[in-house]
Amino acid sequence: MWLLNSSIGKKLIMSVSGLFLVLFLLFHLSMNVAAAFSGEAYNMICSLLGANWYAVAATLVLAAGVVIHFLYAVILTLQNRKARGNDRYAINARPKGVEWASQNMLVLGIIIILFMVLHFSQFWYKMMFAELMGNHMVTLCDGTTTVSPQDGAAFINYYFQGNILNTVLYLVWYAALWFHLTHGFWSAIQTIGWNNTIWMNRWICISKIVATVICAVFAIITIVFYLNGVGGGLVACPGL
Amino acid sequence: MDKDINITLKVWRQKGPKEKGQFETYQLQNINQGTSFLEMLDILNEQLINEGKEPVVFDHDCREGICGMCSLYVNGHPHGPATGATTCQLYMRRFHDGETITIEPWRSAGFPVIRDLMVDRYAYDKIIQAGGFVSVNTGGVPDANATAIPKADADLAMDAAACIGCGACAAACKNGSAMLFVSAKVSQLALLPQGKIEAARRAKAMVAKMDELGFGNCTNTRACEMECPKNISVSNIARLNREFISAKLKD
Amino acid sequence: MTQIDSKIPQGPLAEKWKNYKDHQKLVNPANKRRLDVIVVGTGLAGASAAASLAEMGFNVLNFCIQDSPRRAHSIAAQGGINAAKNYQNDGDSVYRLFYDTIKGGDYRAREANVYRLAEVSNNIIDQCVAQGVPFAREYGGLLDNRSFGGAQVSRTFYARGQTGQQLLLGAYSALSRQIGLNKVKMYTRHEMLDVVKVDGRARGIIARNLITGKIERFSAHAVVVATGGYVNTFFLSTNAMASNGSAAWQCYKKGAYFANPCMVQIHPTCVPVHGDYQSKLTLMSESLRNDGRIWVPKKLEDAKALQAGTKKGKDIPEADRDYYLERRYPAFGNLVPRDVASRAAKERCDAGFGVNNTGLAVFLDFSDAINRLGKEVVKQKYGNLFDMYEEITDDDPYETPMMIYPALHYSMGGLWVDYELMTSIPGLFAIGEANFSDHGANRLGASALMQGLADGYFVLPYTIQNYLSDQIQVPRFSTDLPEFAEAEKALQARIEKLMSIKGKESVDSIHKKLGHIMWEHIGMARDAKGLEEAIQMLKDLKKEFWTNVRIPGQSNDQNIELEKALRLADFIEIGTLMAHDALDRAESCGGHFRTEHQTEEGEALRHDDKFMYVSCWEYQGEDKDPVMLKEPLNYEFVVPQTRNYKK
Repeated sequence: MWLLNSSIGKKLIMSVSGLFLVLFLLFHLSMNVAAAFSGEAYNMICSLLGANWYAVAATLVLAAGVVIHFLYAVILTLQNRKARGNDRYAINARPKGVEWASQNMLVLGIIIILFMVLHFSQFWYKMMFAELMGNHMVTLCDGTTTVSPQDGAAFINYYFQGNILNTVLYLVWYAALWFHLTHGFWSAIQTIGWNNTIWMNRWICISKIVATVICAVFAIITIVFYLNGVGGGLVACPGL
Repeated sequence: MDKDINITLKVWRQKGPKEKGQFETYQLQNINQGTSFLEMLDILNEQLINEGKEPVVFDHDCREGICGMCSLYVNGHPHGPATGATTCQLYMRRFHDGETITIEPWRSAGFPVIRDLMVDRYAYDKIIQAGGFVSVNTGGVPDANATAIPKADADLAMDAAACIGCGACAAACKNGSAMLFVSAKVSQLALLPQGKIEAARRAKAMVAKMDELGFGNCTNTRACEMECPKNISVSNIARLNREFISAKLKD
Repeated sequence: MTQIDSKIPQGPLAEKWKNYKDHQKLVNPANKRRLDVIVVGTGLAGASAAASLAEMGFNVLNFCIQDSPRRAHSIAAQGGINAAKNYQNDGDSVYRLFYDTIKGGDYRAREANVYRLAEVSNNIIDQCVAQGVPFAREYGGLLDNRSFGGAQVSRTFYARGQTGQQLLLGAYSALSRQIGLNKVKMYTRHEMLDVVKVDGRARGIIARNLITGKIERFSAHAVVVATGGYVNTFFLSTNAMASNGSAAWQCYKKGAYFANPCMVQIHPTCVPVHGDYQSKLTLMSESLRNDGRIWVPKKLEDAKALQAGTKKGKDIPEADRDYYLERRYPAFGNLVPRDVASRAAKERCDAGFGVNNTGLAVFLDFSDAINRLGKEVVKQKYGNLFDMYEEITDDDPYETPMMIYPALHYSMGGLWVDYELMTSIPGLFAIGEANFSDHGANRLGASALMQGLADGYFVLPYTIQNYLSDQIQVPRFSTDLPEFAEAEKALQARIEKLMSIKGKESVDSIHKKLGHIMWEHIGMARDAKGLEEAIQMLKDLKKEFWTNVRIPGQSNDQNIELEKALRLADFIEIGTLMAHDALDRAESCGGHFRTEHQTEEGEALRHDDKFMYVSCWEYQGEDKDPVMLKEPLNYEFVVPQTRNYKK
């Protein structure tokens, strides 16, 4: 099967799974925007994405996307290290025009995944997973607060409002994600082959815009949550 | 104005493909900056021979930037610090008095070291042998002007065809990928009506051979493009991807 | 005395090649498989021949000294390739291309060969386009042409400034296809060091594996030598570092005639020499002469100031500039043929008008072109050449005029071949620059690519069959035959002798001495006294080489100094033969200029009554003077005239 055997096939898997994850990020982003405006709206979405068959199916697909993207990153990196040979250059200079991110995608990816573990333990594990397990109330880290797994707004308020450490950790995550996306997005397009000399710079520019929009909006909302908690109405988000 | 400079060279010396190599340090005095980099190495070799030592082995031939034979990794760059130039087109005025210059061979699993700074690049020929041609025999072809080709296409094909097969792309790539080389040939021929006919077959055969020979996977860092002495664009890689994926989808 | 038979077919000029093809013997497809052909070299001639022979069904063994067949020095040709297509509707024809080539060669080439060359030139362009060679095109999609060095029609096809590269890559791709199909067995980094004769016919070669140092034997039914020219005899030339004359020279020593060795071409537009450490000279494409104007100062004091560095080219006012080519040759101006342009530059520099610190350079000025066309247009046409020049010299040609000087470039002479491209050893063929056949005493620009590909694609694949047709019963040869063992032993002994000298001088330092003798005595201007001196000096140099060369390392291992030493040993002998030939040819023609034989205006003076022949030198043994045989040149169709580029 050429997708699995050929170098371009494997790269195509990386590309498509990566673009899929970008789409998910955009979807997630829209949820967060909703939360910034209205906790109720956010909770409505949360309940919609609870223990329903379609939400579970989508989650599995998403999980598969992450796993495939990561797995192939590891496979390709191992192959590439082998292709590089055993003797390494004594001097390495990054040529002008080569983005730092492009040469450090795996490291950036691992940082992103580590933060995902944190994020999942804070949100997904206690929300969707708990619901799947049939729990109707979950206890948060402090051991005393109990909330409904569908009350996403409560989670946000708990983890972000006034929580400087968590907020900073998330901002670092977005930074890693930004670097990863600035290269990842246009690289995915290039791998599919939708590129030429004219579009090269356009895609790189679009890539930066996509990365910046995603990460900046996430960051702004995170800061809003830190300052104000989820929105109860328009007044709740002076930052937007 | 060109001056005479003194330099220190750190040169990779390796007896054979299986043997362990190491850097040797040499001093050179009064090298005129109008000397080419390879002439500087000639001076070094003359000095070594006069000391009864074995000269440094390196590939070189035309010394005007077209044969693709020279292949030195100088101070962290394939073909050295100049852009759009091969090692033989590098002149000592790029270096200053007292500088230490580190010279290494191409390092890539696809290009095993033969001796010192000389590597085996026959893998690139094998990729061409797998499909980098138009299958026409001598004779029996139509008149050269029978098929008009848009100037833009011919120019793009020429851009890709400028590749000299030196291997700097794979040497520069942290993944040891040969995609720029392969894509340049696939692009040149896919852009011309003469080559279009077997474009799908060519892309598949050349990529398969490239993979078989152990070259790495392209991650679009563009290091190849930045170091390419002939400024071959990575948009060729996009075209190769396109040709390859659509060929496979059609199967 | 041996009669030389060039086997020119009968009939009118335009029908000779057709007649030949109609009546030659062929080998049927089933029998081709049983025949082996060795092709040495992978340049335009070698690669195209190897590919074409393999396509026809022969088993081909192909050799090159580089790491890949794609690197042969044909790749460095910049300007273009001629063909008589007449796409530009400017009155070109096969006859006109033939005539220009004969005239350009100063009437020292065979009419029949040159006519055939002009005839197949059109097929070459068709073939290359079919292979995917990206020639320059017009907006309408058809092929573009330009006029080139000394031609009055636009018949030169080109691919930017990289025509040689693109044509070679075309031939290389055809060759690669055959290697992939196992029809050609490719041996890279192998250097042919001897040809093996069995029963008087060429039946194989001895080659040295340049990586392992091992001497290897290869047998075949025929051997084709396509190893290029020998101008690296001069040490400094535009040839690649490894280009050498050894394969051809070993053929000569085994009995093949060496023809017109003194005919070498000096290219007028090269970057001037700038130091003792210089390893080679860089050619600047002849196409620069289309828009650049060549000049030196009119006043000697200006030249002195330029040489001292107190003045720059742009400081000299227009009125004080001597555009000497335009002055001497009003009709052709800066576009006179190469030999004429080179000699004129030398004449001016010898008179003291040189413009750089060594006094050995003239200006090639683009300020007029920049004013007329604009910097952008000039940049588009020549940008890469200008950049290359600036990198080498640290001078910006958009601002100050370029400096150029002639340099050794091409050898018209080479192994003697008949109409079938076979040398005087049966079964041994020579094609491309390695043979002498088509350029006479001077080669026109954009004709070398044409000849290499004509020989390889369209001539040799036919003519070799005429030879091989009676070989189909001959079984494959064993390399264990005593002839092979003997040749290997002789080579081994030669190598051991070199290794045992353990002298004091490096190969390159002796090669530089050789180059100096060549340039001074057998260069652009020659005379009897100088040539006689040179023969003596070369005899001494040969002795010096064989007693004082120092080669480090081992013989049975990779050894770059030994490689160079083997080549230099032959270069010294080639140089000597060139001197003999130049001495014999007491006339001036094309690239060969004897100062005793010039007109009052300093132009070349031919003596058609005495020298209408190809000089064919026959080897007589070590340290014996060679013997010269004459192949008379009978001009049946063209009346030789004095070349005149004045009007």
